[in-house]
Amino acid sequence: MAVIRDVIPAFELFQPTTTDETLALLARYGQSAWVFAGGLDSMDWFADRVKRPEFVVDLSQVKELTRVRAGADGVEIGAMATLTEVVQHPAIKEKYGLLAEAAEFAASPQIRNQGTIGGNVSQDARCWYYRGGWPCYRAGGNICYADSPRGMNREHAILDAVRCVAVNPSDTAPALIALDAKMVIRGPKGERVVDAEDYFIGPAIDITCMTVLRPGDLLTSIRIPSTWAGSKFYFEKVRDRKVWDFPLVNVASAVKMSGNSIQDIRLAVNAVACRPLRLTAVEVAVKGKPRNAETAEAAGKLAIQGAEPLQYNGYKVPLMRNLVKRAVRGMSGEEAA
Amino acid sequence: MKFIQWATSPWGEKIPTHISWGLIWVAIIAGALFLIVHAIYVGFVARPEATAPMDSKQAAAAARVPARVTRHSFGARAFHWVMAASMFVLLVTAFLPKVGYQFDWVKLHWIAGVVLTISVIYHIIHATFVLDFWSIWPDSQDIGDASKRLKRARGQSAPAPMRAGKYPLENKLFHLIVLLAGLSVIVTGVFMMSRVRTPFFTRDPYLFGDTTWGWMYVLHGLAGIGFVALIMAHIYFAVRPEKLFLTKSMIVGWITKEQFLEHHDPERWNVEGGASKAGPKGREVAT
Repeated sequence: MAVIRDVIPAFELFQPTTTDETLALLARYGQSAWVFAGGLDSMDWFADRVKRPEFVVDLSQVKELTRVRAGADGVEIGAMATLTEVVQHPAIKEKYGLLAEAAEFAASPQIRNQGTIGGNVSQDARCWYYRGGWPCYRAGGNICYADSPRGMNREHAILDAVRCVAVNPSDTAPALIALDAKMVIRGPKGERVVDAEDYFIGPAIDITCMTVLRPGDLLTSIRIPSTWAGSKFYFEKVRDRKVWDFPLVNVASAVKMSGNSIQDIRLAVNAVACRPLRLTAVEVAVKGKPRNAETAEAAGKLAIQGAEPLQYNGYKVPLMRNLVKRAVRGMSGEEAA
Repeated sequence: MKFIQWATSPWGEKIPTHISWGLIWVAIIAGALFLIVHAIYVGFVARPEATAPMDSKQAAAAARVPARVTRHSFGARAFHWVMAASMFVLLVTAFLPKVGYQFDWVKLHWIAGVVLTISVIYHIIHATFVLDFWSIWPDSQDIGDASKRLKRARGQSAPAPMRAGKYPLENKLFHLIVLLAGLSVIVTGVFMMSRVRTPFFTRDPYLFGDTTWGWMYVLHGLAGIGFVALIMAHIYFAVRPEKLFLTKSMIVGWITKEQFLEHHDPERWNVEGGASKAGPKGREVAT
């Protein structure tokens, strides 16, 4: 009898219905367990036979993780809420439009219907050497194929690269950082709440992980405080194909104005480093300054300090500079013109 | 348990990538077991060691020993503590991330590696041209005395061994092992720096083939975990009561005449006027 080998490797599937049940499964199987949210990142890995988990814990039946609760103190979004639900939620659209806009820029309508916000912020790097199953640093090896004399690195990092030069591809991540979101994580030691900017980790900390999630941990929800509700928001994403692609660079800002001056600001970019970067130096530099072209120009220049482009991604330096300029000024290139 | 992690290269070759990180625990357990076994042996089993009485020549040399004998010059002590500090940083930055403590370790690791390398280069030059290069290497007298000590420890009849020169055999063997492990981590580490961003080299991950790189990482890792056990043993001996005078000498630089005469042969380690001087085999060495 013929044996069909061209299929996803076998695994044991669990479909818990509660968070507690999920955590028990993750605790039982530890590193062998694979958390499966919308499945868009996971299925790529499985279909390419690069990741071969023994146990897959599918969260699709855990309804409590899909809830979105809005209140005076902010909004709490279940990690399994789809990107479409985030885009369409009235409270998010009204008060935290930055996140709705960022989520709407992610992928395609079909993918947003299936993809979750928890998955979007926890997805793995898209470096093709890594995704192709090559034994690079991120895969536990001892080389970065992208950061080599002949590496194809057009989409890779220009900042904060330490051995691995893959970038974080999330669109919602910089928006959540700009909104000062908190990531609620439950694990073997109970619940902990992590600032969005600290949720993401670079290769200097752990080269095989994109987030602080450890085996047994589960991102259960994302809390957005009301601090920045209704502020002036700006989100822009530059990608190769406008219809559906990962960002080459994206930027998100939340600005509070006092007259013509910037009273307070939170600013983050993604796809320029192995993790989304909050640009605190730029924030400090522009606070109290008028929101005009001059301030934006200075912010753009400051943002790219320390950038180290690779052979093929030098274009990201001016691209990031211009996106930061626009985010600080609050208007796109066309509007500014 | 696997000893080496393997991967498949883009060209389909099976290549080593690292040691298995579980070996860290093997090194720690092996080091701890050695300490426990040694402490039990010394405390409950070993007989008091005796050394051969001094002959007239040795007695004459002993009479000239000053009240304080310089054991380690300032340069030698500085090297030891700089090396110790860099080694501590290297081990912490190498292995804590592997056992779950996540922090930005790469830059700290290679900076400490550079400090270690410079300090070892200094030590090699200092020991070769200023100190007695040969005093740290085992010689025939050491081997003969070790054989006598072994026989006496087993209850067999053997003449009492001589006192040691500047360094006892255990010290010399430890130095030899540290030398091998140290050179392994330094040579492989210098090459590995060409794979990360430093001010010293232009990155070139293809300096060697995948398999050569893999074995280099394995050797670096093996020597690294070797150091875990070696340093555990080193610290253990440093704090043992009968060795404390040596530890103190690594801080203050000297030992007393009584300590000298109890443990050292004035003919093999010739000292005069408070400082080490050229003995039969040359000049002093410090490690």
